Amino acid sequence: MLEFYFNWIVLPMDSMLRLSTPLVLCALAGMFSERSGVVNIALEGKLLAGAFAAAATAAVTGSAWAGLFAAMATGIVLAMLHGFATITHRGDQIVSGMAINILVAGITVILGRFWFGQGGQTPNLQGNARFESIDFIGAEFISNIPLIGPLYSEVLSGHSLMLYLAFVMVPLAWYLLFKTRFGLRLRAVGEAPAAVDTAGISVTWLRYRALIICGVLTGIAGAYLSTGSSTAQFIPNMSAGKGYIALAALIFGKWRPVQAMMGCFLFGLLEAYAIRLQGTEIPGLGTIPVQFIEMVPYVLTVILLAGFIGRANPPKAIGVPYVKERE
Amino acid sequence: MTTPKADDFAIELKGIDKRFGEVHANRNINLQVQKGTIHGIVGENGAGKSTLMSIIYGFYHADKGEILIDGKAVKITSSEVAIASGIGMVHQHFMLVNTFSVLENLMLGAEGGMVLKNGMSAARDELRRLEQDYSLEIDPDAIVEDLPVGLQQRVEILKALYRGAKILILDEPTGVLTPQETDHLFKILHALKEQGTTIILITHKLREIMDATDHVSVMRQGEMVAHVKTSETNREHLAELMVGRKVRFEVEKESQSVGDCALSIKNLNYVDSQGVKRLKGLNFEVNAGEIVGIAGVSGNGQSELLSVLSGIDDFDAGEIKIGSEVITPDGGQTPFTLRGLGVGHVPEDRHRMGLINQFEAKEAFILGHHKESAYNGKLLQNKKQILDDCQEKMHEWDVRPPNPNLKTASFSGGNQQKLVIAREVEKDPSIFLVGQPTRGVDIGAIEFIHKRIVDMRNQGKAVLLVSVELDEIMSLSDRILVMFDGEIVGEMAGHDADEKTIGLMMANAHTTDAEQEVSQ
Repeated sequence: MLEFYFNWIVLPMDSMLRLSTPLVLCALAGMFSERSGVVNIALEGKLLAGAFAAAATAAVTGSAWAGLFAAMATGIVLAMLHGFATITHRGDQIVSGMAINILVAGITVILGRFWFGQGGQTPNLQGNARFESIDFIGAEFISNIPLIGPLYSEVLSGHSLMLYLAFVMVPLAWYLLFKTRFGLRLRAVGEAPAAVDTAGISVTWLRYRALIICGVLTGIAGAYLSTGSSTAQFIPNMSAGKGYIALAALIFGKWRPVQAMMGCFLFGLLEAYAIRLQGTEIPGLGTIPVQFIEMVPYVLTVILLAGFIGRANPPKAIGVPYVKERE
Repeated sequence: MTTPKADDFAIELKGIDKRFGEVHANRNINLQVQKGTIHGIVGENGAGKSTLMSIIYGFYHADKGEILIDGKAVKITSSEVAIASGIGMVHQHFMLVNTFSVLENLMLGAEGGMVLKNGMSAARDELRRLEQDYSLEIDPDAIVEDLPVGLQQRVEILKALYRGAKILILDEPTGVLTPQETDHLFKILHALKEQGTTIILITHKLREIMDATDHVSVMRQGEMVAHVKTSETNREHLAELMVGRKVRFEVEKESQSVGDCALSIKNLNYVDSQGVKRLKGLNFEVNAGEIVGIAGVSGNGQSELLSVLSGIDDFDAGEIKIGSEVITPDGGQTPFTLRGLGVGHVPEDRHRMGLINQFEAKEAFILGHHKESAYNGKLLQNKKQILDDCQEKMHEWDVRPPNPNLKTASFSGGNQQKLVIAREVEKDPSIFLVGQPTRGVDIGAIEFIHKRIVDMRNQGKAVLLVSVELDEIMSLSDRILVMFDGEIVGEMAGHDADEKTIGLMMANAHTTDAEQEVSQ
């Protein structure tokens, strides 16, 4: 019984937190961007670029922190590219986003091969070049308490700094969005940019600021993937659709930080169980094929988005470049 | 008249000039607005009123010219500067965040600090003060999109006052209001004026100018053509200045005997998708060669009546008889089949139903008739025929500019409407349904459109006219039906109609039972 609890409740929850970390960061990144009225399908590309920048910089400098900053800088650069195309030049936001995704998928591999000669991968990161996991005080001791102990020592304790950072971001993002001047203006510019403009506030500058935040957050998410999790190196296409799943979670959470986090948890948990179930014999059913299990989160995404969350009301001005009207 | 000193003017414009590429929107505009007055600016659509106001509000920058506020030259480089100079603007399309509360909308741009909390309570106090000073009651926590249009406009006014506006510009404020809301707005404006606010009222409705303003300036084709005292002018004179020629408000209409019944409606019932009963047992007839006008406050079933009669929505009970053809509920009728029976329809909302904004004029011109053989070859559309046809009709209907390749959105409201009406009329319908034919249309075009509607009647067509403009209903209709809450509550002959009686019927305040039993 206790073994079942440990294997099927505690461990999946532990994986869930790890797996949903990049999702939460990306979903928050997407929230800032989309709340300002800029569709951000480029989350995937920014995440991947961040992962590459972090791993490459960490591999060369030997510092995970340098990697993190490089990832954030890369995220900002890509966000500015997106902004330049869509805000300044009023380009189509989906096209610009897709272009960034495709660009990053290619350029990371090319640069990786050129610099490291390992088929696009970066070298395995050791020591200070990666973020080590942090053990909470007394984790060892508390783990002996039945039921609650493992939740503390296994689930909450023993992750890298960035995982904790991601979850601190959620209330921060909520506060920024709903309790500050910047948040009020951000929400307004995604709903009615003309109202913001006539109130004497620059629509362009607001949207750029939202994209900068977006770039920073996707950078952190990327750094987590390649330097903060168990992988500790860059692997081509390692983002594997997480940017899109984060976008789904954002819609699922109706563009609200806490709800979006819940969405990320759900997708994280599904993925965690998918991994757990691989090769496991289920009474009466036998072994479920790996491919089927891996499919489950995506199928559920479709079902959830199609029917279960009700009408998602996106910010009204989303996807529409702002043009001052002329009579 | 003594010459007023420069600082008697709240705002003064000197030689404002603005071009948008080829279009010379404002030419050497001079304007003086006296402090504490209501100053009207009239002009047809496209005369350059909105451009001028956008320049004052810092939305556009003038190519040339100077703006003086309280006698001092001010460079208005952005809306921020305009607001700081005491200018507030109530836009035609409200600049509100619909999902925000009233209070949040008020605060936007003047939040009082990085964190909202303190600013929020300060804004609440300030709003309470404004409410008391100007008697503009509103619930600060109401979400804007839940408020009726009149109250949304009040939020816009409060927003301007909250930002400290001494000069309030209202751009076509009454376009979306009911007559009652309009009256109320003007009461508010007078109260504001009493308190020293200067008001600039932009409109194309001359009646409002006469009722509400102290002075009036007239614009035509980008120029200021006249400045007059309202008390020293009249509607006809202003219209002449606006259009550049004499305008007839009365529609010329010979009486004529009516023909056979063309459209007969028996016990028509319609329940909308929300389950609300919109039409409750309507009975009436429209004969060939007459215009039947449907009067009523908007939202009493007129729109639904038009959409049922044109085949857009299916009705639930009753019968529609077109000529000898009887249509029953679920009879499979569509706008296309009804068109085949000779029904022409000018929808109430040309942007939503009449046109596709991003289409070129020639494409918009064949909407609904695009399957006709004249427009189609064996495989492809006959582009040349479409172009020629549209070109010809544009000249005939005086659509300006007469360029069939221009996007529909680039035409003024009046010209868009002419395009829609031309499209329907030219197919020679025997039953002509017209909804709000002159909404957002300038005076010159109104005169033209009215004449064409009367022409249809003179040619022996049955015309059903739905309009919220009582003047329009009264001057065009041979017979007037009044709708209230999905029912017809009154009928009278067009020549007997008076505004007061119809007004009472529209509010369903009349009591004669005989009139309930109409049109049998």
